[in-house]
Amino acid sequence: MNQHIVKAYDEELETLHRLIHQMGELTLEQIQKAMDSLVGRDEKLAHGVIEHDYEINHLETRIDELSIRILALRQPVASDLRTVVAALKIANQVERIADYASNIAKRTLMLTDYPPSLLMEDLSSLVKKPTEMLKKALLAFATYDVNLALRVWHMDREVDEQYNAYLLQLFDIMIASPQNISPSTHLLFAAKNIERIGDQSSNIAEAVYTMVMGKPFKESELS
Amino acid sequence: MNMTSKIDIKHLNLFYGDKQALFNVSLKIPAFQTTALIGPSGCGKSSFLRCLNRMNDIVPHARMEGKVLLDREDIYAPSVDVVELRTRVGMVFQKPNPFPRSIYENVAYGPRIHALFKRKSELDEIVEVSLKRAALWEEIKDRLHQPATRLSGGQQQRLCIARAIAVNPEVILMDEPCSALDPIATAKVEELIDELREKFTLIIVTHNLQQAARVSQQTAFFHSGYLVETGETGALFTMPQDEKTQGYITGRYG
Repeated sequence: MNQHIVKAYDEELETLHRLIHQMGELTLEQIQKAMDSLVGRDEKLAHGVIEHDYEINHLETRIDELSIRILALRQPVASDLRTVVAALKIANQVERIADYASNIAKRTLMLTDYPPSLLMEDLSSLVKKPTEMLKKALLAFATYDVNLALRVWHMDREVDEQYNAYLLQLFDIMIASPQNISPSTHLLFAAKNIERIGDQSSNIAEAVYTMVMGKPFKESELS
Repeated sequence: MNMTSKIDIKHLNLFYGDKQALFNVSLKIPAFQTTALIGPSGCGKSSFLRCLNRMNDIVPHARMEGKVLLDREDIYAPSVDVVELRTRVGMVFQKPNPFPRSIYENVAYGPRIHALFKRKSELDEIVEVSLKRAALWEEIKDRLHQPATRLSGGQQQRLCIARAIAVNPEVILMDEPCSALDPIATAKVEELIDELREKFTLIIVTHNLQQAARVSQQTAFFHSGYLVETGETGALFTMPQDEKTQGYITGRYG
């Protein structure tokens, strides 16, 4: 895209992209660390994740402020307007995803009281797809790639299937012995958080779709 | 836009001597809506506006091809009385240009030369209604016979709008009507444009893109004498279809 006649306007939009990128990278890191803490029963790592959540909240605030500033001072239209609106939405969704990472780390702290189980390790394969979705959704935003956004959106179904299969395994274990109910409930919440990462990444993909196409995302319009 | 066209412009070409100013412009102006014409300086938007009430007739070496249909009748047909046409299609200019007369006489001028009344009381009423429609009445009703030139710029511009509507036109053309006004006076004129839409069809040329976005329902983007893109204003400012439009409205190099 051509540059704006006013250079500062370009710089502000670039800063907006950079902040979203930074927020996304940090959040991916938080997810990874939360999962490592859970599988590795590492309380220190879990505390670290919980403590660092504020950094992501802070980035969201900065994105909000910059977006509002651009809206007020530049009165963006067309693709610029769509970019700013998408950035506002995406920052909010990434912040939620970071909260899920923090929630998973909180489960780590509760699960260390219980003996390790294979189902804890299974969670690390469950998180792969939602993490990939988040990475790709953010790349789609950075590159205005609507096809990539659509691929991300379609991936969410696989995440849901994997989540449901995992739930069934948890139920089996709970039914087998009431002693398993407490640790399994923590795993269930962790799995739910992982599944929500997929949902929110899918929302980011929808925001990218709207940004590029200039119309609301509608499932019924997908061919 | 599925609306009745008040004006239908077909394949319009305009030349000033050897220089072509407009190229094959076709545009439908919907009735009782405001159409904004935007584009960089020299793009032809003002020339286009002036074709709609034959203001270019008085420009030497100006020549026009194509058709301008007002209610499906060709305004360039030999039988058309240009003076009568201009009562139907009024115009407001960039700088307020009141006559050096009283406020009352400015508004009464048109109805007088077109003999639109029988009794003085009828003229008084036309003046009052026009000033009310132009949202000026409350501010000046006690000094109708003072010189119009004593009014502020914003009031003078609204007076010019009152003068334009006093002859009961169907279409009002506005060429940068707010460029000489401060933001408050501009807001008043914009509010007025919105109200006038109930009774008139409006076409406004503006360099202020936000103004085009605020006041119009249809926007037409001109570039180098070509009509590049026309669309519903909201759609054009969020998802323009042409790269030139996108570049212009977002303030990018073309």
